[in-house]
Amino acid sequence: MPTFDSKKIAHAHREVHAHLPSDPALRVKALESLLVEKGLVASETIDNWIELYSERIGPMRGARLVARSWTDPAFRDRLLSDAGQVVKDYGYQGHATEHLKAVENTPGVHNLVVCTLCSCYPFSILGMSPIWYRSAAYRARAVKEPRVVLHEFGVTLPEDVGVRVWDSTAELRYLVIPERPKGTEGWDEDHLAAIVTRDSMIGTQRDLSVEPA
Amino acid sequence: MIAPDDPFAPLGHRFAEPWHAQTLAAAHALVDEGHATPAQWADALGAALARAAVQGAPDTEDTYYLAALEALESLAPLDPAQLSDRKSEWRDAYLRTPHGQPVTL
Repeated sequence: MPTFDSKKIAHAHREVHAHLPSDPALRVKALESLLVEKGLVASETIDNWIELYSERIGPMRGARLVARSWTDPAFRDRLLSDAGQVVKDYGYQGHATEHLKAVENTPGVHNLVVCTLCSCYPFSILGMSPIWYRSAAYRARAVKEPRVVLHEFGVTLPEDVGVRVWDSTAELRYLVIPERPKGTEGWDEDHLAAIVTRDSMIGTQRDLSVEPA
Repeated sequence: MIAPDDPFAPLGHRFAEPWHAQTLAAAHALVDEGHATPAQWADALGAALARAAVQGAPDTEDTYYLAALEALESLAPLDPAQLSDRKSEWRDAYLRTPHGQPVTL
């Protein structure tokens, strides 16, 4: 007579399902395998992107641009007038930064970047966007109540400092050039770049620390 | 209340799940190969995020990536029935493959 060991069967069932990818993971796998099989995309393109944005490309690229803009006035002018070309000159271009606008913080103006539609972001100079940048709360509130949002990031702006909010699109992305902090006179570009944070280039941070980021 | 993350987190922790990265990478590849424009991708993603908000989905990382996957499926020049069949094939392949062995169709 066959025996029925419910514990054993339940264990085997859990074992099988523990190795089964989640439903969305299977959907992506199906999509990717069909796209590759039909010659619509190359699997290398997908693998390269994952490697680049998981491990290699981060905000240091943007930080280098900012650091140079602090030490080289002609470069700063070029960055402010044609950031897309500057990014190309550095070899940092991607289709997210083909059209890029740099905006500078001043003692009287603070800039904040958002994408109210989805999550447009200058990936090729800042790396992957933080999840809060893609959240519904940030996308909706950065435009409506930027000072409150900034406060949640620890930035309290004096009333006499104006806020400009830039709404990114697929066609135009933004890079904030934060103010150079005092106490960094005489520093070289590498030293300066090390204190430029991702959030300062999005605008959710205003004052940079002179300690390396 | 927005929860700022750690802006100094190591780059290796950018994606919570492999499928998150695969979704964005596939979208990038579609645009890169000229099968969609950046604006089409942004519009499809924006529409999927708006639908998720209307449906009361929580404002989480998973919701974002599920919307991205929905947008990707809507943009990819593929037959939805074929996509569904392929997903079942992968599911069956995982179920019949012993753990530790490469999973193939």
